[in-house]
Amino acid sequence: MELDTGATAWMLMSASLVLLMTPGLAFFYGGMVRSKSVLNMMMMSFGAIAVVAVIYVLWGWSMSYGSDIGGIIGNPFDQFGLQGAIYDGGEFIIDDYGVPGIVGVGFQSTFAIITVALISGAIADRVKFGTWMVFAALWVTFAYFPMAHMVWGGGLLSGDGPFAGIAAPIDFAGGTVVHINAGAAALVLALVVGKRKGFGKEPMRPHSLPFVMLGAALLWFGWFGFNAGSAFTSDGFAGLAWVNTTTATAAAIIGWLITEKLRDGSATSLGAASGAVAGLVAITPAAGSVSPVGSLAVGVIAGVLSALAVGLKYKFGYDDSLDVVGVHLVAGLWGTLAIGFLATDTGLFYGGGVNQLAVQAIIAVIAIVFSAVVTLVIALILKGTLGWRVSEEAEVGGIDLAVHGETGYETVPQGSIIKEVRA
Amino acid sequence: MKLVTGIIQPHRLDDVKSALEAAGVRGMTVSEASGYGRQKGHTEVYRGAEYTVDLVPKVRIEILVDDADSAMVTDVIVKAAQTGKIGDGKVWTVPVDDVARVRTGEHGAGAL
Repeated sequence: MELDTGATAWMLMSASLVLLMTPGLAFFYGGMVRSKSVLNMMMMSFGAIAVVAVIYVLWGWSMSYGSDIGGIIGNPFDQFGLQGAIYDGGEFIIDDYGVPGIVGVGFQSTFAIITVALISGAIADRVKFGTWMVFAALWVTFAYFPMAHMVWGGGLLSGDGPFAGIAAPIDFAGGTVVHINAGAAALVLALVVGKRKGFGKEPMRPHSLPFVMLGAALLWFGWFGFNAGSAFTSDGFAGLAWVNTTTATAAAIIGWLITEKLRDGSATSLGAASGAVAGLVAITPAAGSVSPVGSLAVGVIAGVLSALAVGLKYKFGYDDSLDVVGVHLVAGLWGTLAIGFLATDTGLFYGGGVNQLAVQAIIAVIAIVFSAVVTLVIALILKGTLGWRVSEEAEVGGIDLAVHGETGYETVPQGSIIKEVRA
Repeated sequence: MKLVTGIIQPHRLDDVKSALEAAGVRGMTVSEASGYGRQKGHTEVYRGAEYTVDLVPKVRIEILVDDADSAMVTDVIVKAAQTGKIGDGKVWTVPVDDVARVRTGEHGAGAL
């Protein structure tokens, strides 16, 4: 295949955009926690970048796209350290879109990074940083790479799998691999790790809504790489995904704001930021298969559903601190199912029958069960070995100071109490 | 000598300051305060979780005056700060034993 410089330029750009999402997520989550734990929250995202980027070139790519083992996983040794993934006979490998394979490796690694970072919102303010870093390594290896392989690497849940006989499963940019996967993991982890001290009794209001808005804006911008980049080239599909990503997100903001205006009395900035993310999540699997008008329905319903779902944690008493379940699991599930209704060629509303819907439901359920089981095993092993929780004193006093030896904000005039003792 | 202290709505500060200057008051100390009286606090909602904030922001003005001026200064503050709604604040006066001007070391009325 001849090198396509236009497509290659777009894919390098897309990879960079998706990588930007994780620091964006750090702001989105960081603004939502209390000021005493803002650094720890942001460090969980930066830690995910560090761990996952390293692992990805070692065995991540190979486990996702290497030679298939049982439809579940790629062989980690097949392309360990990217051997055989970059060159062929001294020349760069070029994929079917005219893009060098190494560009695809970079692009895919950024998806693995953000997926791990997403989970951190469920366990804010209270976990040991070292345990989180080990969890990131284990989870990306045993939950993310297999899911990426099953859906995108020619495994069980792909167009080459057993369900393709009913209809080819569609997950354009990661409804199952990224959002259902992270959302189900978040629920399990919140249950295993347990509630923050004072959850449901003490106020835990977001300390910086401007940070949350900034984070949502960076996520949205990065999401153009996530969705439009998932066309793997700079073509009409990329354009369709770009427009759908914008329209669904806009509609989701409106859906969330109307819901909370009716329920709580105000249209809030946190609601707008959250609605935007819910819309982005929901359109992710569907960005290449619904029309822009269809994307409005995907978005507005995602906004309403997630606005309603964030209250569930108080009802059921699990402390999914920053609503990873309410936003990513719920909107990811809806987006995955919405394809069954709204895909312009195979959707129920377009005369495509129920086959697509059935297949979408099957892959969603398998994704939830797979992620939940793998996460439970990893979480329990870590609970019994390294332990998850910091001391109660550290949690109440502030995890930033206790774990990282820093505080996010200056609360006393410099020089009066703070003195430099070692330079 | 007297110390007149006013707790007022933050948005009335500019008007109160101008009115006091027009009445010949030459100095004051202003600080941010929080508290509540009959106004009570307010509620905030984040992703459906409701929080009540008991303390509302206020501004505290403190002015040292001659005994003869205290009633006038109190009046000026009350008039300028008044909106007629709950939460307008309070003004009170207490006697002061002594005042010293740091720059010169003067004491008593001469230090005002």
